[in-house]
Amino acid sequence: MDLVGLIPLLPILGFAAIGLGGRWLPKKAVSILGPGVVGASFLMTLAVFFQLFSLPPSERRVVTSLFSWVVAGNFSVDISFLVDPLSMVMALVVTGVGFLIHVYSVGYMGEDPGYRRYFAYLNLFTFSMLCLVLSSNFLLMYLGWEGVGLCSYLLIGFWYEKKSAADAGKKAFIVNRVGDFGFALGVMLIFTTFGTLDFGGVFSQAPALSTEGGQRIATAITLLLFLGAVGKSAQIPLYTWLPDAMEGPTPVSALIHAATMVTAGVYMVARCHALYLLAPFSMAVVAVIGALTAIMAASIGLVQNDIKRVLAYSTISQLGYMFLACGVGAFTAGIFHLVTHAFFKALLFLGAGSVIHALSGEQDLRKMGGLRKYMPATYTTFLIATLAISGVPLLSGFFSKDQILSAAFFSPQGGNFLWLLGIVTASMTAFYMFRLFFLTFTGGCRASEEVQHHIHESPHSMTVPLMILGFLAVVGGYIGMPHALGGVNAIAGYLAPVFADLPHLPEPSLGMEYLLMATSVVVAFLGISLAYFFYVRSPQAAERLRQNFLYTLLLNKYYVDEIYQALIVSPIVAGSRWVWERFDLGIIDGAVNGSARLVEKLALRGRQLQTGYVRQYAMAVVMGVVIILAYLVWG
Amino acid sequence: MDAQILSWVVFLPLVGIPVILLLPKQRPDLVKWAALGTAAADFLVSLYLPANFDSANPGMQFTVTLPWIESFGIYYRLGLDGISLFLVLLTTFLSMLSIYSTFSAITEKVKGFYISFLLLQTGMLGVFVALDVFLFYVFWEGMLIPMYFLIGVWGGPRKIYATIKFVLFTMFGSLLMLVAILALYFLNRSATGGYSFNLFDFYQLALPLSIQVWLFLAFALAFAIKVPMFPFHTWLPDAHVEAPTAGSVILAGVLLKMGTYGFLRFLFPLFPNATFQFIPLLAALSIIGIIYGALMAMVQKDVKSLVAFSSVSHLGFVTLGLVAMNLQGWQGGMLQMLNHGVSTGALFLLVGMIYERRHTRLIDDFGGLTKGMPIFAVFFMIITLSSIGLPGTNGFVGEFLILLGTFRTNPVWAAFATTGVILSAVYMLWMFQRVMFGEVKNPANAGLPDLNFREKAVLVPLVVFVFWIGIYPNSFLKNMEGSLADLLNQVNRRETVLRSLPSQSWSEFLSAGRGTRSQAAVPVKPSP
Amino acid sequence: MAAVPLDWYLILAGLLFAIGTVGVLVSRNAIVILMAIELMLNAVNLTFVAFSHYMGKNDGQVLVFLVMTVAAAEAAVGLAIILNIFRTRESVNIDDINLMKW
Repeated sequence: MDLVGLIPLLPILGFAAIGLGGRWLPKKAVSILGPGVVGASFLMTLAVFFQLFSLPPSERRVVTSLFSWVVAGNFSVDISFLVDPLSMVMALVVTGVGFLIHVYSVGYMGEDPGYRRYFAYLNLFTFSMLCLVLSSNFLLMYLGWEGVGLCSYLLIGFWYEKKSAADAGKKAFIVNRVGDFGFALGVMLIFTTFGTLDFGGVFSQAPALSTEGGQRIATAITLLLFLGAVGKSAQIPLYTWLPDAMEGPTPVSALIHAATMVTAGVYMVARCHALYLLAPFSMAVVAVIGALTAIMAASIGLVQNDIKRVLAYSTISQLGYMFLACGVGAFTAGIFHLVTHAFFKALLFLGAGSVIHALSGEQDLRKMGGLRKYMPATYTTFLIATLAISGVPLLSGFFSKDQILSAAFFSPQGGNFLWLLGIVTASMTAFYMFRLFFLTFTGGCRASEEVQHHIHESPHSMTVPLMILGFLAVVGGYIGMPHALGGVNAIAGYLAPVFADLPHLPEPSLGMEYLLMATSVVVAFLGISLAYFFYVRSPQAAERLRQNFLYTLLLNKYYVDEIYQALIVSPIVAGSRWVWERFDLGIIDGAVNGSARLVEKLALRGRQLQTGYVRQYAMAVVMGVVIILAYLVWG
Repeated sequence: MDAQILSWVVFLPLVGIPVILLLPKQRPDLVKWAALGTAAADFLVSLYLPANFDSANPGMQFTVTLPWIESFGIYYRLGLDGISLFLVLLTTFLSMLSIYSTFSAITEKVKGFYISFLLLQTGMLGVFVALDVFLFYVFWEGMLIPMYFLIGVWGGPRKIYATIKFVLFTMFGSLLMLVAILALYFLNRSATGGYSFNLFDFYQLALPLSIQVWLFLAFALAFAIKVPMFPFHTWLPDAHVEAPTAGSVILAGVLLKMGTYGFLRFLFPLFPNATFQFIPLLAALSIIGIIYGALMAMVQKDVKSLVAFSSVSHLGFVTLGLVAMNLQGWQGGMLQMLNHGVSTGALFLLVGMIYERRHTRLIDDFGGLTKGMPIFAVFFMIITLSSIGLPGTNGFVGEFLILLGTFRTNPVWAAFATTGVILSAVYMLWMFQRVMFGEVKNPANAGLPDLNFREKAVLVPLVVFVFWIGIYPNSFLKNMEGSLADLLNQVNRRETVLRSLPSQSWSEFLSAGRGTRSQAAVPVKPSP
Repeated sequence: MAAVPLDWYLILAGLLFAIGTVGVLVSRNAIVILMAIELMLNAVNLTFVAFSHYMGKNDGQVLVFLVMTVAAAEAAVGLAIILNIFRTRESVNIDDINLMKW
């Protein structure tokens, strides 16, 4: 377990080497060092994972402390790492998928002048993300939490000369800060309640909050923490930064804005399940926000024309699923979906990146089409991922999504309504994913001659990661195959020590489960068929759809950005300007300058006494003497 | 040297002045190196302090006591504890760096500039180590004069307005403080019959609340203006915008800390009951300062006044931490004083560097600087992040401890103050984007030279501290904890003891004469 | 020889002082003013001497010497200033010398 310190250390060393080495470091060295440290970190994670696996299940929780970080009075926090099944799953996803994306980036970013900077940031991101998932206390988690936010900011604004990119980066950071506001307050409330920030200490004391007053505190803590998750994982109402984040390089979107960082919120909620279970209200909030986000984002995704934006809304929607799972108490299902989603969504983004690469930077679906024959590897892997996310049976997405829907249906915290939202979202997902797929790979190519001329399959450094992820997207689901289908649900058993304190759900009847499964398969195929109808069979029908109000509303993303701008951003800026000019310069400084002017006025009057006639002064002296004498004699 | 180490640290800068005076006028380079050498020597000597500092001893160390004007009980009394230790180091450190940073900026009246600067340094150091209130006041006021010249002679276009505003504001507060000091002196005399300006004698006065309130207000006003707390902040943007770069660095880095230092050293322990009465007011002003400063910073057009308003916001955090009246808040506040010195000092240096290249500070005149000045961009980014309190940098540890301490006192205050964390990201990143990102639209911004060796040498030490405090803050927290905990106990204990005193008017107290002191036998540690 | 009573000295000194004061106030000629001031000083000297004799102490007489030297110095400096002013302004009328005003 001593190796656990090395897992985050390696990427930060890579960051330091590439960052400080700068121009002296040959590009080749960066290509090896950048992905290399993450790969080594992945191997370390595997080693630690197997060490952990060799322990009996009840002892699978090891804390390694490196040094004490902040000590102030009775407040003390260490830099310490927690190795348990949950953190290992996350670390494996981060380093594993992260490594593949690093490798992919070698090809994708090969021509970019900011190549070194890119890998430095990417390594820094990996470090921060590992701190986040491996931390054994809330403060170090917060370090990772804000650290990934920083890297997200830097990488979204990677092409800083583009104003939209710089704007998007800033937006992402600030919106995340709004969430972090809640997270920070939550952490403080945890400290004042429990007197520690260590996961072990906090969660072992959590049952003490089951009193009436304690529950109120637990609700406050969990809602505050959830605000952080809402920001980081792009849920209603703080999701608006994620679609804009697509301004960043595509591998970044795959790593940060699909596979790892945005799932941090889900991880955090799962990590704090001991607190959430004490606060039924918070659980309900998590579930409802998750379900609403899922369906809202999916509906926007139906009509977007930018390939990456469709995927971004899809990510928001899938994250909503994960929160829905957590909210109904099915934390295992949430984490399971997190893992499979990391595979297929990273694959989708990388595939999209491969397409964009081939089309000389084109991202508009309306200018794609017919790429199947030019890019067979991308086509195949993309198809796998599309099938997986759509919930086609026997691929990873089917198993994990099915678990969430079934939990939403059967769990006491769930209900038909949440399930209905989930199932509608599922069919929308199938529709927009296949719409994207058909528009990109089938039919005739709608790109300009110039661009068409350059279409080519991507280099091996890009296609090999695609194939590996494609493989994972197919088989990833089998770690969680449900009992109803004859599986053993390995991931649930593996995570069981972490979620040991969860109340046992009533075992649903097999028949009901099959019925739900069948329903979700039917809606998935319904969505696929609709997409086929509109975008392959009769594109004219799709054109007709564009005429109505709902389409415009969706295309403009419900005008949420505009509303935020008008209701929050503009009033604050305009108000501040007004206060500065009227109040700060006008009133406060006016009072200061006014008093100076008053003194000046008085002095102008007063100096007239100084006439310059010596005899008048002498007279004044004599009068003064006379008055004093008079006072002394008669006073 | 050992016994007089503090005198050496305080007065060593003065040694450089005759040297500078003797150097030929035609050789400004020699003058600059002489000044830098003096400041560097002072910094090296001041390193003796942390090396020999005993963190287990909460009291005053390296004390010096010499008679000065004995008949009035005025002594030359210096001492250093965990509260002043890092402020002294910050002063010597920042002075050295800012002198180095001025090598290209100061071209006129070179001798005068460095003489003023060294005088200023002595004044600042004296404020942090003086334990005799009279001596403290001498340093406190004495330091105004060189600062007046630094802004008034080497400043920008509105330098006269700015420097007079600065001096008048500060004077206004300090004169009231002088009256209060004299009042303390006479109150102490009537209580003990002795003549003393010793701070620790004043600590033992058992003043009834009615008297404390007035003295508190006088001291608080002086310190609040210096900090500056809302609404006494309007001198700051003007002074910063007009001051030369090194002046801004020292002004933000050290001078503002004198106010917050005064809170800890004078205000709270001298008038504990009044302090607890006024905590809601101080907290409200701090929170307003945090949010107001941030909002104002957001709409500034000049980078320097943006940083100045951000100082108002950051110092609001410091004062909020101090009035939280618990160890986390105080340690966070102390740490944030250092952080602000490092980060804002560095920000002013950075702004000065682009000002020297472009001769403008208006945000709209810039854009796309990253392209031509990548090294500058890296430094600027690191400092920006430290200023917005990103975990892993210094700003985070200070802000978090402050907010944590505040949360323990009053969660609502903490919630309001935490919005400042959001707003700081807004104004800093927005400014950063407008200055550094985007395309180079203004041809004047193309082809600017990147940082030279001297500029990097000035910034690197600051960046080291950004990460040192961020990653291993314990080397700082550990040394200040003892003194702060001790002071906190003292304030709380005295508060409880003094609360039971009957309300007395001034004349009653003064005529009560001797014996008042023995009534409140407050166990306070004896003066050194 | 019967001693002159103290009161007489004081009355004389008071009269001298009053004459000097009036002289300072009403005269426009700087030299006359200077002489009037001299008169006031000597009135004070007279009281000093009188009291000194009356009390039987010598302090007052010592002070008179001090006053006399100061008066001499003052007269010298004052005349020098007036001389200089006369050279530039061609006047010793102090109402003409009113530059030191607002």
